[in-house]
Amino acid sequence: MNWELMWDSVPTLLGGVPVTLELVGLALLFGAVVAFAVAMLRLSGNRIAERAMAAYVFVFRGTPLLVQIFLIYYGLGQFAFVRDSFLWPFLREPFWCAILALTLNTGAYTSEILRGAILSVPLGQVEAARACGMSRTLVFRRIVLPVAIRQMLPAYGNEIILMVKASSLASTITLLEITGIARKVIAQSFAVFEIFIVAGTIYLLLNFLASRAIRYAEWRMTPYLRARG
Amino acid sequence: MKKIVAAKKIIGALALGAIVAAAGGAAEAKEWKKVRVATEGAYAPWNATDPSGKLIGFEVDLAKELCKKMNAECEIVAQDWDGMIPALQQGKYDAIMAAMSITDEREKVITFAGPYGTEPSMFGTMKNSPLAQVKFDAERIDLAADAPANKAAIDKMAEALKGKTVGVQTSTIQANFMEKHLPKVSVRTYDKLDNAGIDLAAGRVDAIFGDRSATEAIVKTNKDMTLFGPGFARGVLGKGVGVGLRKADGDLKELFNKAIAEANKDGTITKLSTQHFGYDISIK
Repeated sequence: MNWELMWDSVPTLLGGVPVTLELVGLALLFGAVVAFAVAMLRLSGNRIAERAMAAYVFVFRGTPLLVQIFLIYYGLGQFAFVRDSFLWPFLREPFWCAILALTLNTGAYTSEILRGAILSVPLGQVEAARACGMSRTLVFRRIVLPVAIRQMLPAYGNEIILMVKASSLASTITLLEITGIARKVIAQSFAVFEIFIVAGTIYLLLNFLASRAIRYAEWRMTPYLRARG
Repeated sequence: MKKIVAAKKIIGALALGAIVAAAGGAAEAKEWKKVRVATEGAYAPWNATDPSGKLIGFEVDLAKELCKKMNAECEIVAQDWDGMIPALQQGKYDAIMAAMSITDEREKVITFAGPYGTEPSMFGTMKNSPLAQVKFDAERIDLAADAPANKAAIDKMAEALKGKTVGVQTSTIQANFMEKHLPKVSVRTYDKLDNAGIDLAAGRVDAIFGDRSATEAIVKTNKDMTLFGPGFARGVLGKGVGVGLRKADGDLKELFNKAIAEANKDGTITKLSTQHFGYDISIK
């Protein structure tokens, strides 16, 4: 163990944290939009939309994220019509390819979490709201969605933590986030063990903060479970 | 008087020393009637194994030529890359000719004669790129030579690559070259040069830079790609490939160095290299 090397590599590897956070943050944001749309369509009652969305979820949950990243980055770039399209300025950049892959991936998982949470909202609550004279949309906005979001938080927290770790795969398409920088340092120093321990510790720290934030959100959203003070 | 005697004594001692040294040298030179040379046989075109199991390739032919020049009999043996240096130290053979680059790490354990060759590094780009149109005066740039032509070629390359992106493999000598000689050009690092080639075809990078054989292999797979610019060698790109020898065998090193110099001079290395590589890897 080369402690000095480990210590010296800390600032270098921390330099990758902004890129990792950008990847995770943007992918979660876009992924949430995708997930909401997909969950709505899957519950819409429209057969074609339901089937199409089920197929999307099936494909993106059933294939490795690494394969998806490679297909989007190296695969799409091979086609001339993609390179000539208005999307190319985005798909040309490894950063946006990674965002796209992570978004579609997390979108598929999160849509299932959301769908399950919506279906778990007790029917009695919906009926009560209807009885009070709320319209369908109002019931959804005021009753179903808030209850569902509260319900899905633990599972969604899992997804956030998985995304922080999954972002490391972006290093395979030349992005210099934490793992990308770690691999570069290793290639120069051959200190696989030391550098990956430092990189792993940084991920651990990020996920510690993420899990704390989720726990806080859970606490905030469940005041009715707390003892009255 | 005393001084003269002392001087005579010193001269005498020196002469005696010279005679002893000459005799010793002759005696040792006689020892190297037979030289066992190890190669890997799996790194074409440097060295390879043909279907019948015979060792072939540039280094096999060169070893035979060098032995001829050293008046020694050559025995070529195959050895796996992993155990190459330990087996040399154990005395299983006397020399390594297996595309082994001379590095500081290796020079700590063994010594090298030569170098007898160095693979130039070359840029590849798309045929329709403006880079393909840039004309360079020199075909080969020896970075160790420090000639004014070097600076001119590097400046020209820097000018041509201004605002462009070059794909290289992570932590290769080529990546070091970009950092040292073309620091203003943006570089994207790949785990494999092949992936940089895919991105060159997709237009994500404007050029790739690697060992000539590797770059050439990629360029050959795509009819829209071409090599461009001179072949760069040595300096930051490495000291070249040499004959690995035990540190104790200083006399053998001398013999090899002499033979390599001769083979360079009479064009043997250039001839063999053109035959096996299709281009010249000799160090002039």
